[in-house]
Amino acid sequence: MSQPKEAWGSKLGVIMAVAGSAVGLGNFLRFPGLVADRETGGGAFLIAYFISLLVVGLPICWVEWTLGRHGGSHGFNSSPGIFHAIVRKPWGKYLGLLGFIVPVGVYFYYVVIESWCLGYAWHSFRGELDLVGAPAFGQFFAGFTGQGADGAVFAGGAAMACFIGVFLLNFAIIYRGLSKGIEFICNWGMPLLILIALVLLARVMTLGTPDPAKPELSVWNGLGYMWNPHDIAAGLSNPAVWLKAASQIFFTLSVGFGVIITYASYLKPRDDIALSGLTATSANEFCEVALGGLITVPAAYAFLGASAVAGGTFALGFNVLPQVFAGMPGGHIFGGLFFTLLFIAAITSSLSMLQPGIAFLEEGLGLDRRRSVALLGLITAVACLGVIWFSRDLKALSTVDFWIGDIGIFLQGTLLIYVFNLGFGTERGWEHMHHGADIRIPSVFKAILRWVSPVFLTVIFLMFVLRNVAGWNLSLSAPVFAPTEPILDLVGGPGHPPSEVARFVALGLLVFAGFSALLIHLAGRRWSHQNR
Amino acid sequence: MTTAGILFMALSVGAVTVLFVWCLWKVLAGKRPPEHLAHVEPVESDELGRR
Repeated sequence: MSQPKEAWGSKLGVIMAVAGSAVGLGNFLRFPGLVADRETGGGAFLIAYFISLLVVGLPICWVEWTLGRHGGSHGFNSSPGIFHAIVRKPWGKYLGLLGFIVPVGVYFYYVVIESWCLGYAWHSFRGELDLVGAPAFGQFFAGFTGQGADGAVFAGGAAMACFIGVFLLNFAIIYRGLSKGIEFICNWGMPLLILIALVLLARVMTLGTPDPAKPELSVWNGLGYMWNPHDIAAGLSNPAVWLKAASQIFFTLSVGFGVIITYASYLKPRDDIALSGLTATSANEFCEVALGGLITVPAAYAFLGASAVAGGTFALGFNVLPQVFAGMPGGHIFGGLFFTLLFIAAITSSLSMLQPGIAFLEEGLGLDRRRSVALLGLITAVACLGVIWFSRDLKALSTVDFWIGDIGIFLQGTLLIYVFNLGFGTERGWEHMHHGADIRIPSVFKAILRWVSPVFLTVIFLMFVLRNVAGWNLSLSAPVFAPTEPILDLVGGPGHPPSEVARFVALGLLVFAGFSALLIHLAGRRWSHQNR
Repeated sequence: MTTAGILFMALSVGAVTVLFVWCLWKVLAGKRPPEHLAHVEPVESDELGRR
């Protein structure tokens, strides 16, 4: 079936779409927490973070843009198709397997978190988050997300309504296509996100000392808590600092996600990618460092002190910050704006997770947009409902996040850099990168791409696996290995029985991976018949 | 907040802000260089057969 080829409406549109894909909850919740961490944060983290940006983040972004645009010039828009075009071997298309299952797999739980943001914005604007006492906020979050018992969210209420609304909204936008759907939303969403962030930043910076009885709790001291560098030399010699910094760069830029490669495939062969890639990356860094880095932690510190800042992403976003907003004048407005900001950041990301799947179903199976949207909608609806049903302790969500959102992304990113250097060729890739380029990339990046990025990424990936799978304590002098929770959930251990939910979810992910491989096999046969 | 903290914050925030603004300016205001009249589209080795 011949279909009109989709394309971006403007250069700024594709930049906004890639930036929208990258800017997510991690920019406003995870990054500030990492910088403020007493053991692995501070100046050492920032130095490691910016070095990782230069040797891993930015180079791999350019790699994805280059491979994607090249694949698009051969008529392919999905990772399996693009790898098929690059490698030109029967097994080449299977290298793109992760480029299909990672974005779609992350969507399984990301859209659920996105619906939490919408729900919190709704409750906040209505003044229903003006609770009293820290435990009340924790109970509200646990109740809203159904952490008490499996199936709790299915009992009805705002959480389920938000999920259904957000899920349908995502597919309605995707159905409108690349330019009328994703690009339109990102062109409006990203400026709106930055505007809301600037309003919140102005509010936080003018908070001063909220409680005069506690003069030490001020925004100024909150900024100090976050940005004071501590012992830089000791930090830089700590492997955990490098691991956290490189991981954050990796996840925040959405490299290895399979998204940029698909987005870039809709460019024309002479469209610029050097400046576009740099602009999308810088937009993400601006949102993360300049906005995220100045809003959440200083505000939390000024109201609740240092103990409130030490917590995970969910704790900071859905427990601590609602308490902060409840304590400030007009808090329900600012709280509502903050969760609206998170919702915009999330939906521009979740849309990008669907497009690689849509692209593959269209070009691999020959489905038109209506059928590909329907099939992907069915697959993701079943998986999302599974994630929502097994809500006790958020076990299903954390299991998918670990195996797909952590391991899968790292694996795909590492694969990309090797395919670029070995399959595509560094010299050829460097030339391609500059076809139609609006800027000249400094030549030092060619050496970084060829030598530094693969080694750095491989070392970081091995460290990540050793730390998060084998449970290495990151000590060379006295190494200790203790299996981590995701592993214990599957195989069990002393005092930790295996989790039936985690096992069921892992089995489901294996079935999904096998089903995806079968689809790629069928796509390969179709492409062979078409002499592609 | 210490002086070093101010320095780290100013450098980090300033660097990403300047880079972002410069990129946006280049994208929005930058003009494409004129195409060379004798420009020849590069031919990839794997495209030789088809051409």
